Amino acid sequence: MTDITELGIAAIRDGVASGDFTAVEVAEAFNANVAAASALNAFIVETPEIAISMAKAVDDDRAAGKDLGKMAGVPIGMKDLFCTDGTQTTAASNILGGFIPQYESTVSANLWKAGAGMLGKLNLDQFAMGSSNETSAFGNVISPWRIGGGNNAPLAPGGSSGGSSTAVSARLCPAATGTDTGGSIRQPAAFTGITGIKPTYGRCSRWGVVAFASSLDQAGPMAHDVRDCAIMLESMAGFDPKDTTSLDLPVPNWQAALNSDLKGKKVGVPREYRMEGTDQDILDSWDQGIAWLKDAGAEIVDISLPHTKYALPAYYIIAPAEASSNLSRYDGVRYGMREVPEGANLQDMYAATRSAGFGAEVKRRIMIGTYVLSAGFYDAYYTQAQKVRTLISQDFKAAFQQCDVILAPTTPTASFPLNDKNKDPLSMYLNDVFAVPASMAGLPAMSVPCGLNKDGLPLGLQIIGNMLDEQSVLNAGLAIEERAGFTARPDKWW
Amino acid sequence: MTKKYTVQGATGEFEVVIGLEVHAQISSQSKLFSGSSTEFGAQPNSQVSLIDAAMPGMLPVPNMECMRQAVRTGMALGAQINKYSRFDRKNYFYADLPQGYQISQLYHPIVGEGEIEVTLDEKDPDSATKKIGVERIHVEQDAGKLMHDQHPTSSYVDLNRCGVALMEIVSKPDMTSPQEAGAYVKKLRSILRYVGSCDGNMEQGSMRADVNVSVRRPGEELGTRTETKNVNSIRFLMQVVEIEARRQVDLIEDGGEVVQETRLFDPNRMETRSMRSKEDAHDYRYFPDPDLLPVELDDAFLEECKQSLPELPDEKRERYENELGLTAYNAAVLTAESETSFWFEELLAQSVERTGKSDKDLAKQCANWLLSELFGALNKLGVTLEESPVSPSQGAELLSLVADGTISGKIAKDVFEIMLETKQGAEQIVEEKGLKQVSDTGAIEAAINDIIAANEDKVEQYRGGNERLLGFFVGQTMKAMQGKANPQIVNEILKKKLDS
Repeated sequence: MTDITELGIAAIRDGVASGDFTAVEVAEAFNANVAAASALNAFIVETPEIAISMAKAVDDDRAAGKDLGKMAGVPIGMKDLFCTDGTQTTAASNILGGFIPQYESTVSANLWKAGAGMLGKLNLDQFAMGSSNETSAFGNVISPWRIGGGNNAPLAPGGSSGGSSTAVSARLCPAATGTDTGGSIRQPAAFTGITGIKPTYGRCSRWGVVAFASSLDQAGPMAHDVRDCAIMLESMAGFDPKDTTSLDLPVPNWQAALNSDLKGKKVGVPREYRMEGTDQDILDSWDQGIAWLKDAGAEIVDISLPHTKYALPAYYIIAPAEASSNLSRYDGVRYGMREVPEGANLQDMYAATRSAGFGAEVKRRIMIGTYVLSAGFYDAYYTQAQKVRTLISQDFKAAFQQCDVILAPTTPTASFPLNDKNKDPLSMYLNDVFAVPASMAGLPAMSVPCGLNKDGLPLGLQIIGNMLDEQSVLNAGLAIEERAGFTARPDKWW
Repeated sequence: MTKKYTVQGATGEFEVVIGLEVHAQISSQSKLFSGSSTEFGAQPNSQVSLIDAAMPGMLPVPNMECMRQAVRTGMALGAQINKYSRFDRKNYFYADLPQGYQISQLYHPIVGEGEIEVTLDEKDPDSATKKIGVERIHVEQDAGKLMHDQHPTSSYVDLNRCGVALMEIVSKPDMTSPQEAGAYVKKLRSILRYVGSCDGNMEQGSMRADVNVSVRRPGEELGTRTETKNVNSIRFLMQVVEIEARRQVDLIEDGGEVVQETRLFDPNRMETRSMRSKEDAHDYRYFPDPDLLPVELDDAFLEECKQSLPELPDEKRERYENELGLTAYNAAVLTAESETSFWFEELLAQSVERTGKSDKDLAKQCANWLLSELFGALNKLGVTLEESPVSPSQGAELLSLVADGTISGKIAKDVFEIMLETKQGAEQIVEEKGLKQVSDTGAIEAAINDIIAANEDKVEQYRGGNERLLGFFVGQTMKAMQGKANPQIVNEILKKKLDS
């Protein structure tokens, strides 16, 4: 019999539906993998009982002849940024230590409605701020991948959705939720050889997701392949009256419309993405991607996104500005950590609580954000950054007059060793240089694995689509997936 | 013209310049961004949603009813309505502010410039009026409440009020005396009540004002202003202007300098005290709230707002004068508060219905009765019009008995006394106590014949030219008829008999 934990969403769902195995058997199999993988530190909270009881409900529904949801019987990992009713939610920060929400995020509720189950809460960079998972208060996640030849240095799983990327890559779960503010789905997906898509801003409700930067935060699926991403995104997305920025549009049936024949489609290749500091392996994989899409019938067009180089600096103004305000609510008054030194007044309590509760990177971004919004600096930084953001959107708008999707690398390098960049925030931030522009413009973007670099580490290609055009992104992703035939897997060492 | 208000210093006169920021709680069932109830006086923290408590991942959803009320208020002030407005975050830490920011509108408020015309002396119908500019109205969240008296070392937080919608109505610095400031707030409150966008209840904190005051010698540039926060009655507001202007004049004349600062009013000690200076002022780091889309109003929405506006006090006053023929004074007093005018109009409508007479015929009688009889009685009872033991319909019942001659105006006063005591209807009282006016000429003539017969000497004197004696005969006749005779008929018959 096949190992169930090798299967993805579609296969598990179909297997459960046809009775090849029960949802409980699936949950048990993944629970076992999760329990055996503590060395990866992918989970903050494991919820095997919840996985079983949710699976049992699916089996009961099937026995009763009820209609099963799109993800019936598929247990998933939930990034610990999504509030889950009755299960601790921390955003990987001590300031939310022990916080148990009495409400369920819209996205997770949608997934449960589709029949998915929960294996646990996945580790992440604290408040989703980071690209290597090293800012988590619960210790960093370790990538299941290693450089070959006896080099066992622990590698970064990417971030902030590093628990998600590791868990899917190591087959601790068939799929996981991620959130992407400036690359937090795509970069970890690329680092671990899995597929992840950030949909158009507003496709997924932000209600019940711990906020990092409200105008950028967007949830999305991380899974084995393009088809699984399409299925899971359909289950996550949808209008939510509780989030006024969510899109009041029907959710397309992306999975049914998947088509890797790109005849008549134009793929844009942005010349500004050929940046210094990009690995040759990455540049080679990009050229390979271009060739694959040509092979799929697409016409390749050279495009220009002239303001690309301003995207990252502008992002590191806007995202921290919003974060500095969004994180003000963690003040020790109502929930989470509270530190009250002897004889402390209210201000002292704030200072002590926030000093003890937030990690260094979170504090750095709160300070940057506070600075750029302060009187006298607001126009020079925040207003200017918003203008840049508009220009970036206009770049894309113009580009999509010439092409249907854009092909670019996901990251400038493959995964790097832990501790390599965490002393130098700027070099860490640069990891998202290719991911951030699409975030700033609110566009759908996906990372698809395309091969291994010379060290045997996975690389990803990024496809950026026009507003609301997830379908073209998924189709181009599928075309690459079919041609890349990416089957490499980390050797199990954990 | 009212005399110009100045503060006399040792070295000369000073003018006062006043601007007001009035915070008015919007009348709505639920809060500005959550579904929690806004009812006053509930158990602490019993009206707090996940959003109000700023739980992780919670998002605000604007309550369009609050925006509608702000737009209607703006329309009532003849103000510019901004079809595009936006919410901004005002960031600061305090225990009554769970989000760590207040959602407000700094850059793009929903209402722009308008104005309010105030009458400087409402007792004087010919008093001067003045137009006070309104700079803007924006919509924002209220904060919660701290309770410092519940525990020896800690403060408690009540979040019931947290997130309730406020309109901040910002005036231009157009007022120059405590009277003008008082008249402005009175008029503003009146308009808000007419519109129904705020109950104007200052005791419950539904309306409070931040008072900006500066002084200058005549002809000089504007002086440095101070802002006295959270003044919650019109009397206090006028006191604050006076006290603060005097303090600033004394300070300047002592060689000091007014510092721009926030102050608090202490009504017990009748002084204002510094709360924080400009140097300690918060840097609120305003920026557009990324959780919320801009508010864009379409023409249909604006049209509905406009259609739903009631007749406003100024229009009403004009109509009362021109169409109902009321005196300027009565029209002003009846329209000053929406409750009074609504009561009056109900009284008038019911009277018209009962008597079949026109409202113009009855308006004066209704106005006089309401303003003298009813208000006098309420004053004595120490209750407000809303608490009146007599309803407009009961008042109309009484007045229509006078109008159709069933009882005299004098008897009506007695009947009203009984109504107040017994809560009985006027018709029932008149019936039971036999107070119906006698218009039976036969009975009256008989009584008059008796009186003439008994007072031959007075009749002689009257016929000899002492016409003042008519009053004596009227009095005697009324006495004989126990006050129930129709005075008009008494007069007619007496004159006929005496003059013949």
